[in-house]
Amino acid sequence: MTERRVSIEINGTTYDREIEPRLLLSDFIRHEAGLTGTHVGCEHGVCGACTVQMDGEPVRSCLMLAVQAEGHSLRTVEDLAAEDGTLHPLQQAFHEEHALQCGFCTPGFLMSLEPLLADARDFDDTQVREALAGNLCRCTGYQNIVTATQLAARRMAGAEDAA
Amino acid sequence: MKPPPFDYKDPRSLDEAVAVLADCADDGKVLAGGQSLVPLLNFRLAQPAVLVDVNRVAELAYLRRREGKLQIGALCRQARLEQSPVAQESCGLLGDALKLVAHQQIRNRGTVGGSAAHADPAAELPVAFACLDARFKARSKRGERVIDARDFFVTHLTTSLEPDELLTEVEVPELPANHGHAFEEYSRRHGDFALGGAAVLVMRNGDGACREARIALLGAADTPLRAREAEQALAGQKIDEDSAREAARVATRDIEPTGDIHGSSSYRKRLIEAMVRRAIVKAAA
Repeated sequence: MTERRVSIEINGTTYDREIEPRLLLSDFIRHEAGLTGTHVGCEHGVCGACTVQMDGEPVRSCLMLAVQAEGHSLRTVEDLAAEDGTLHPLQQAFHEEHALQCGFCTPGFLMSLEPLLADARDFDDTQVREALAGNLCRCTGYQNIVTATQLAARRMAGAEDAA
Repeated sequence: MKPPPFDYKDPRSLDEAVAVLADCADDGKVLAGGQSLVPLLNFRLAQPAVLVDVNRVAELAYLRRREGKLQIGALCRQARLEQSPVAQESCGLLGDALKLVAHQQIRNRGTVGGSAAHADPAAELPVAFACLDARFKARSKRGERVIDARDFFVTHLTTSLEPDELLTEVEVPELPANHGHAFEEYSRRHGDFALGGAAVLVMRNGDGACREARIALLGAADTPLRAREAEQALAGQKIDEDSAREAARVATRDIEPTGDIHGSSSYRKRLIEAMVRRAIVKAAA
């Protein structure tokens, strides 16, 4: 197989690699970029664990070839927390509201839900449920994830009002 | 669970794409949004010698309204069509259908042309296109041709596109402003493939009676299926619970859906009948 030279931008860092075109984006992120926060569950687009953001929109990284990501801007769960380790309000709310148990699915949930918070502060539970419908969690029963998302939204709105 | 090796081509223009496809003979497969094809590659159910990735053919990503028609470039993402005010205004049925297509992450990447060319009889967009009398534009080195919806979907996962042809556009005629539309389906979990469903359009007369109805069934056969006899039965009628029930009965009288572990053939038949009835009532409301 002919390998290709690619430059792929993830979380503001460019990774130059020589890869096979059949390499999945999820595997590039984990094995080439070493960003193992993105988890691979079903590897056929059903579970949502591998969700990352491409140009700000959540997509399944197991349903893309890495070569297709060239020229786009990718964001993974590693980019959510601040450099000093302070959690993103959504991560903090997940922690406080028990929105995770084993945590395997959590990176996918965070990357699916974060754009909702970036776009708006007032959304109802139905919108949260729609945004997370493509992610499977076998531990929580989802209710705490919805609660945490609403808590994060209230806190982010409060921080803006205070500023 | 990893794609098999393939020769990868990523043409940058439509001309280049059809040239590459012509060179592939029967061994090429077009990759658009990849939301159906990449799982098939991961499972190795598809092992094309050449993968022709059209995602860099930017000229196919348009969505425009022209001369009473909505023209959707094959590479237009499903999310963009779903969020487009122009599409909502001129072809509301597409919005009804897209809400039912998988999940936001899938629609962000999935393309309109890809869903049409994949031709899954349980997918929503092909059913909506059949209902809307859409036309499909295909390009090859031999030229361009336009295919009517009734000729486009041939059987399960098969269209009338030739191996060297690329689907470039789906063209949907706009409907009168006062038409009604509805897409009803049933699935065990939101976003899963539906067990059955129906798309319905109702064009009204000045007195509110139905001038023309269109009914397309999801999951009833190996392609989207238009229920033309039931459509004719509704024409000129006032639509109410009784006429909707009768039309739904006629629409599904002769169908034989494929049964499987998720639902027997007879269950699916009754399910589709219920979906048709609900969609007619909703579209006429």
